[in-house]
Amino acid sequence: MTPTKAFWRGYLDCAPFILIVVPYSMLFGVVARDAGLDVLQTMSMSVLVIAGASQFTALALLQDQAPVFIALLTALAVNLRMAMYSAALVPHVGHARFGTRALMAYLMVDQAFAVAVKTYEDRPEMTPDAKVAYYFGAMMLICPIWYGCTFLGAVMGQAIPDSWSLDFAVPVCFIALTAPLLRSLPHVVAALTSCAMAIAFGWVPWSLGIIFAALIAMAVGAQTELYLKRREARAA
Amino acid sequence: MIDDTTFWLLTIGLGIGTFAIRFSFLGLLGGKELPDWALLHLRYVGVAVFPALFTPLVLWPDATGGEVDPVRILAACAAFLVGLKGSVIGAIVAGMGTFYALHFLT
Repeated sequence: MTPTKAFWRGYLDCAPFILIVVPYSMLFGVVARDAGLDVLQTMSMSVLVIAGASQFTALALLQDQAPVFIALLTALAVNLRMAMYSAALVPHVGHARFGTRALMAYLMVDQAFAVAVKTYEDRPEMTPDAKVAYYFGAMMLICPIWYGCTFLGAVMGQAIPDSWSLDFAVPVCFIALTAPLLRSLPHVVAALTSCAMAIAFGWVPWSLGIIFAALIAMAVGAQTELYLKRREARAA
Repeated sequence: MIDDTTFWLLTIGLGIGTFAIRFSFLGLLGGKELPDWALLHLRYVGVAVFPALFTPLVLWPDATGGEVDPVRILAACAAFLVGLKGSVIGAIVAGMGTFYALHFLT
């Protein structure tokens, strides 16, 4: 596969995700305006961060009047998964020039990453240059749509009256992101712990309860996984 | 209302921090691997953070002055059930749809 062909292959392989990215980014634009950000602020966030879940997290905590460092810490925690993506990409595109890798890092988004790594594994015959081109093809489709639809949402958001209660879209988004993650018993246990701890720590000031709840839930999930593995090992 | 200074501090910090996370291995750490304990905990970041965020927003929303609203709880359940099938957008549509439908009926 030549690099040019690989670029367009990446572009097309990511096309189905348009169906997800268009409404999701528009919703961010609308909700951000509803929360009191102006169009410039909304766009700055989408361009500087390009990570929907953490943008919604930051927004929810800002509205809750949480201190900056808590909002920042929580939103960054949501993005920590990308350290795994970064590590997973090294064997495939780690040879690229420094500047190219920096651009690749900026453009790293969930769906396009998943598509790229799956393709690299399915097609070991791809040359390193084709892999880089494929990556940019995949991201070049998603990112402009992300910016454009955030903008559309932000502009349209002005016309939506308060009676639509769009504040409720924020928790609904988080629920929609959580449900597909519940793929094993430790994930379910971690999620339930997180709910229970968020209620138990609801009184803690500055939204610190969210950080406590998340840390405890993460440890509980990890320990449940280790416990199940030990039990399996004993049974075998 | 969201304060301007707070907003820009957060957005710039989040932009830089997120880039640093994305660039970490690809840019600087090269072939190094994450230690096992880190991978183990990273698997649970999503399920640990998101429920802690949505639980208070569903149970005690600002919009109702912190009062429990059964409509929101039912709508949240609808979003969750559809989300279990793996569709993020389907779950958002189900959640907001149930919310509006129940508000219209009551």
